[in-house]
Amino acid sequence: MVKNFFKSLFKNLRFNPFAKRSHVKLGLYGPPNGGKSTLANRICLDWLGEEMSTVSHIAHETREIKIKEQVSIKNKKGKELTFSLVDTPGISTKIDYEDFLKRGIKKKEAKNRAKEATKGVIDSIKWLDNMDSVVVVLDATKDPYSQVNITIMGNLQARNIPVLVVANKVDLKKANMDVIKAAFPQYEVVGVSAKYGKNVEEFYEQLFKVAR
Amino acid sequence: MVTFQFIPHNDVEGLSSAKRVNKLLNVVKENKIVIMEGRLRKEEEADLIEITMEEISPKFKGIELSVVYPDKRKQDFSQKLKGTFANLLLGDRTGMTIIGPASVVKKIEQNPDKIELFTNDNGNGNKKKRNGKRRK
Repeated sequence: MVKNFFKSLFKNLRFNPFAKRSHVKLGLYGPPNGGKSTLANRICLDWLGEEMSTVSHIAHETREIKIKEQVSIKNKKGKELTFSLVDTPGISTKIDYEDFLKRGIKKKEAKNRAKEATKGVIDSIKWLDNMDSVVVVLDATKDPYSQVNITIMGNLQARNIPVLVVANKVDLKKANMDVIKAAFPQYEVVGVSAKYGKNVEEFYEQLFKVAR
Repeated sequence: MVTFQFIPHNDVEGLSSAKRVNKLLNVVKENKIVIMEGRLRKEEEADLIEITMEEISPKFKGIELSVVYPDKRKQDFSQKLKGTFANLLLGDRTGMTIIGPASVVKKIEQNPDKIELFTNDNGNGNKKKRNGKRRK
């Protein structure tokens, strides 16, 4: 009974000095098509030798929560960090199956995709409460001042969840990291190309500061 | 034709979070653009997105959401102090929340001193842009 009391107390305080670092849940959050799954695959390829998610140019490719347990990374000093990597569906305020039709997907499949995508967004929001740390993945070629991004950041701040912002797709000409940094000055921002592996070493170094 | 419905802070102040979010969403589902005095809490914004997703159907594609609040960096000390007292006495009425059905509103953009609301094609292939200049 005493053991259960302390267990629920530490869970509510979101701090358990006795928790093993391997129980850290690191979530990848952000709008659709920002590169969350590509980054998840980059992490898993670099440290586990295999990918964890499918990727596509069509939004809402990831439509359910995907978890890779026991991902261990090392920094330059040889320090090790182990976490469960959680790839989440992109958060959006609207989903229209006709957008998928325009990308060449057939009607029945497009409707199914839209239905799965709405469930995916709901799951992403519900899973916010389970995260110990979050990496917010933004497309560096797009305007970061969308209400979805502001809402995600605001909810993470309200829950006291440590955040690292990744400005992805820095390999593209239109990428502008300064705009991302100006939009979210309260957080560390790392520019990467998850697709080509550019600057991921810096990203891994920053993960050690954020993941707890 | 585009319909705007203004919802004063008093209309939603005494409601629970769930009722507040549902009230706003019900107006949006009538194809109206809601302009609410004040802001939702961040958790309520997330609830709004979650409930919107549950309501997605062939007739309701979702929403466009924009929350406008004063840029505190541009305020002097006395303005910030007045704002803080006003919030304490009257509740958080600063700013404005705009929610439109995705079938009507394509995008809402905030530029430093104006809000641009882009509506969807009106069938003639013309995109309509409606400007609202923000009062300083």
